[in-house]
Amino acid sequence: MENETPPTSGNGSWSPRIIAFFCNWCTYTAADLAGVSRLKYAANTRTIRLMCSGRVDPQFILEAFAKGADGVLIGGCHPNDCHYAEGNYKMLRRFQLLKRMLKDLGIAEERFRLEWISAAEGEKVKSVINDMVKKITALGPLDLPGKVADWDREMTEPAPAVESAPVETEVAHA
Amino acid sequence: MPKPKVAFYWCASCGGCEETVVDLAEDILAVVEKVDIVLWPVALDFKYRDVEAMADQSIVATLLNGAIRSSEQEAMARLLRRKSRYLIAYGSCACTGGIPSLANQFPREQILKFNYEDAPSVVNEAKTRPQLVFEEEGRRPHLPELHHVVRSLDQVVDVDYYIPGCPPTPKITQAAVTALLDGRLPPKGAVLAPDIALCEECPRRDSKPTNVVFTAFKRTHQQLLDPQLCLLAQGVVCMGPATRQGCGAQCLAGNMPCTGCFGGTDRIKDQGAKILSSLCANIEPKEVADINKVLAGIPDPVGTFYRYGLAKSLLRRKVDLPGNNGK
Repeated sequence: MENETPPTSGNGSWSPRIIAFFCNWCTYTAADLAGVSRLKYAANTRTIRLMCSGRVDPQFILEAFAKGADGVLIGGCHPNDCHYAEGNYKMLRRFQLLKRMLKDLGIAEERFRLEWISAAEGEKVKSVINDMVKKITALGPLDLPGKVADWDREMTEPAPAVESAPVETEVAHA
Repeated sequence: MPKPKVAFYWCASCGGCEETVVDLAEDILAVVEKVDIVLWPVALDFKYRDVEAMADQSIVATLLNGAIRSSEQEAMARLLRRKSRYLIAYGSCACTGGIPSLANQFPREQILKFNYEDAPSVVNEAKTRPQLVFEEEGRRPHLPELHHVVRSLDQVVDVDYYIPGCPPTPKITQAAVTALLDGRLPPKGAVLAPDIALCEECPRRDSKPTNVVFTAFKRTHQQLLDPQLCLLAQGVVCMGPATRQGCGAQCLAGNMPCTGCFGGTDRIKDQGAKILSSLCANIEPKEVADINKVLAGIPDPVGTFYRYGLAKSLLRRKVDLPGNNGK
């Protein structure tokens, strides 16, 4: 688990893109600490700060994969440390079933990870991200947009590009 | 003035949607009086070449049910799109992939092998499979090709409106057809059913606890269900909170949980993720082992949460399955 040197992509080719959802109170602060402590770790994560790991809607995770993420990392407070008392437990329960469902849908377990990282654990941010990058690099790209484009080649014409659902409009029904 | 032309067509579907049209009963006569049906393979004999000969956009509305799963269905969807002013995805399969799109969990070869060789009821020692083209007595008949991926209608062609349900109820069908004939049309892309969750119209609504707590998930055959009490309060997976209303909560009236056939509301991107989120958050235990004991009551999350909508889910298909070039 301990990587001293951050993994690199090597000769500029593919390297994993990981979407990280970090809670404001613990893991995001820990990532901040890793930064001010000048810890070096792999630059493969795109971090999104949320107020709580309990705010991570499973739709965010599926959408990240659907839009091309190779992995999704969620960081929250340790059990009993949640700023909102229960949020991290909600994430833990969702994670357990979502992990199983993603496996059923062909997404390797290593691509989806939940970690408890307190505000003091800058070092853990580093080791978790490095470890995840290493494992996903070994798996190779997920590239769901590329796969969908490939699947759609069996049609005679390209798929319509529209996301046609109207957003935030109420339709009156008699 | 000539009557407006209307077409009904079916693709990968069971025929239940056609049944709903017939279920309009006497009311269908009022519709038939006002329109000219130009294509309805399940009930009337029309030839595809007659449709091909029609001018583009000359059909006012086509109600197409069923998922798109073969080269023929794709071609018909494109043809009817060209010939129709409004193309309406009718029923869960056309809207979101429906039950046929559960096949998106399996490779095409496995599906063909099971259906033509391995299924217990099949006797096919020569392992004959349908061929796309074959020669017989100087003729060259051809058959449609099965696609690798099951698709919703809007993943193949542009769709104007959606009428959800497995099948859609006569009530929302009639409302949609009347709105269409009267020219009272909502913005393009609208789902012609109320944009609010099923719980709101559920007869058991008042018995839904403020805090639902799950200590176990039970399936409907594992216990006798109280016919009055909210099913979530009884530990049963009910898709109501993540499902659009419009069906009149018929399944609940029959003491069965909602299985989600109307799909999510407009604000939901992925119905399965939403119900998973809601159910899991309310599990009682806090330790992983105990949580998983509760979750063991949901043995097949994909089949439960995406029963009618795997094609239109964010992931669409088991991601490691091959497409045409075997990739």
